Amino acid sequence: MCRTGQHPDPQGTGDEEAAHAAFAALLEDSAEELYESAPCGYLSTLMDGTIAKINTTLLRWLGLEREAAVGRMRFTDLLTVGGKLYHETHFAPLLRMQGEIGGIALEIRQADGGRMPVLVSSAVKRGSGGEPLLIRTTVFDARDRRAYEEELLRGRKAAEEARRQAEADRARLQDALAVLQQSLLPATLPPVPGMETAAHYHTASPDRLGGDFYDVFPLDGKRFAFFLGDVCGKGPQAAAVTSLIRYTLRAAALHDPDPVSALSTLNKVLHERYADNGDPRYCTVVFGTLEPDSTTGEVAVHLASGGHPPVLVLRADGTAGFLPTPGGLLVGVLPSARFVSATTVLAPGDTLLLYTDGITEARTGEDRTALFGDEALLAFATDHAGLPPQAVIQALTGLLRGFGDGLDDDTALLALGVPAPDPQTKNPR
Amino acid sequence: MDIGRRNNVNVIGNPRGRAVVLAHGFGCDQNMWRLTVPALVEEYKVVLFDYVGSGRADPSAFSEDRYASLDGYARDVVEVCEAFDLRDAVFVGHSVSAMTGVLAAGMAAERIGALVMVAPSPRYIDDDGYRGGFSAEDIDELLASLESNYLGWSAAMAPVIMGNADRPELGEELTNSFCATDPDMARVFARTTFLSDSRNDLKTVRVPTLVLECTQDVIAPREVGAFVHRAIPGSTLVTLDATGHCPHLSAPEATNEAITAFLAGLR
Repeated sequence: MCRTGQHPDPQGTGDEEAAHAAFAALLEDSAEELYESAPCGYLSTLMDGTIAKINTTLLRWLGLEREAAVGRMRFTDLLTVGGKLYHETHFAPLLRMQGEIGGIALEIRQADGGRMPVLVSSAVKRGSGGEPLLIRTTVFDARDRRAYEEELLRGRKAAEEARRQAEADRARLQDALAVLQQSLLPATLPPVPGMETAAHYHTASPDRLGGDFYDVFPLDGKRFAFFLGDVCGKGPQAAAVTSLIRYTLRAAALHDPDPVSALSTLNKVLHERYADNGDPRYCTVVFGTLEPDSTTGEVAVHLASGGHPPVLVLRADGTAGFLPTPGGLLVGVLPSARFVSATTVLAPGDTLLLYTDGITEARTGEDRTALFGDEALLAFATDHAGLPPQAVIQALTGLLRGFGDGLDDDTALLALGVPAPDPQTKNPR
Repeated sequence: MDIGRRNNVNVIGNPRGRAVVLAHGFGCDQNMWRLTVPALVEEYKVVLFDYVGSGRADPSAFSEDRYASLDGYARDVVEVCEAFDLRDAVFVGHSVSAMTGVLAAGMAAERIGALVMVAPSPRYIDDDGYRGGFSAEDIDELLASLESNYLGWSAAMAPVIMGNADRPELGEELTNSFCATDPDMARVFARTTFLSDSRNDLKTVRVPTLVLECTQDVIAPREVGAFVHRAIPGSTLVTLDATGHCPHLSAPEATNEAITAFLAGLR
């Protein structure tokens, strides 16, 4: 005989009948016994909840006699108060609307005052006319499951608490870092008579502590000093060196404003502080002074470089060029170092631009393998020559933003310019 | 803001009839009125809606601040009335919504001309000389029950439940969706509902009011129904031969009869 799954033989086979008989004999089970001793609670109630039938398993869980329950109690009488509220606001309406509901977590009250977590499913039995007759309910022991769920819930609450704590710590840390950051960079540049200044700082570090630095400050009634540089490294370690450099240069310049002298002092301090302790830290830096001539409106610039990329001079006539300072050594590497000085004069409309190599070493191109480079920076500067410092910095900031993730190092920019005679290009400040 | 979308407002029935606003209570949504609506649509303009935080209302409109007091829910009612230009409407509120209707009628008297309070309770927790039926610990138990039953709600299913998903293949999984709510929003509604005390607001009612209570209701026992009836001068109290807190589902004929008789008497 050939049978398929779609056409089962209603008569069964001789083999199956024999098996059924064997199972029945072994189990000696009746439907009644299956109902009463099932491993779950069974309950039938009238539509108003009055208990009409209940199995032995459930009575045992409840610690109730059958006579006390049947006809005398409603289903909700078996529940805790919270469970009653939940039953009335969710369970009963859903059962009415859907005709069945499954897997609802409730607690039943036991005669000895205990509570037992259960999972409850109910279905409405309807008459031939569709009218609801009674509600059939099964009740599953959920003690283990509830304990497990409580563990999960506890775990989630602990994780949420940890996250809140971490966020609070992070906020506190950021406040502290912001205060430190203020000690590394000037909040605003001081006004320099007869000049305009502008700066931009980009930090690649998520804690906003960088290894690039700049400053502008008065030396005496007439002259101002400026510097911009780059500490080897990034993050908090670099920031700690930055702080030392900033205040050393300021103090050195007040003592002797000659650029080479200031850098030499810094070199000694850095070398003594770090290299002698077996933890060499060094930097590249350009330091200079500004001496305005109120009769001509021009500004004389004296500067020296220790291993730093040459500054750019943007002229009022639309040209731009590097001011070479070749051969200057990194600051802090050797006990004494040679630094190279240079001078220039800024006429009205001219701007001196200092930068760190974050910009020239920004990775460009589709696959981020090419570097932006000195040539491109010179071309960009030439395009913006003649503009006031604010406008130059604004254009460069836009350029940096355009690099996207190709800009992965700290970058500092400082522009010092003499206003052009045209009042329209004046610094609004 | 589109109030119709925010509160999932559905206007059905007789467009020239008097407006009857059906407001669900804590737990499920406007589907609770499915056996009431057929008795009203022929004669009345029936307005159904979901409170923000329930049913298919826009979850992005939820604000814990606003919905931490019944005033927030009452403002939902007033804004629905304004958006659909309802005047002199009959407000039918179930459970806590009955009190929301009292507050809304106080905020916009011209909008609400009569109240039907289905199984109302102005305060669920016992107080000196007042029996609401519950203690503060009982309410904590309910909140725990809410925590253990997300009723088909999950972050992944929420868009489907809220009705703005284009994934009909998930339709069959939507069991229990009438009562499926973001658990955080449900907790706010539960706290607002069961910790509220609106007993003093009952005295402000100036419109014809029908109070419907059930013979056996654990949430709003008969002494609470009597309290509400006493506190609202001129109100009518009808005791329905019904068990449970939702007579509009468990005894729809008797409930509809009481409501339609009251509506007919308003003319």
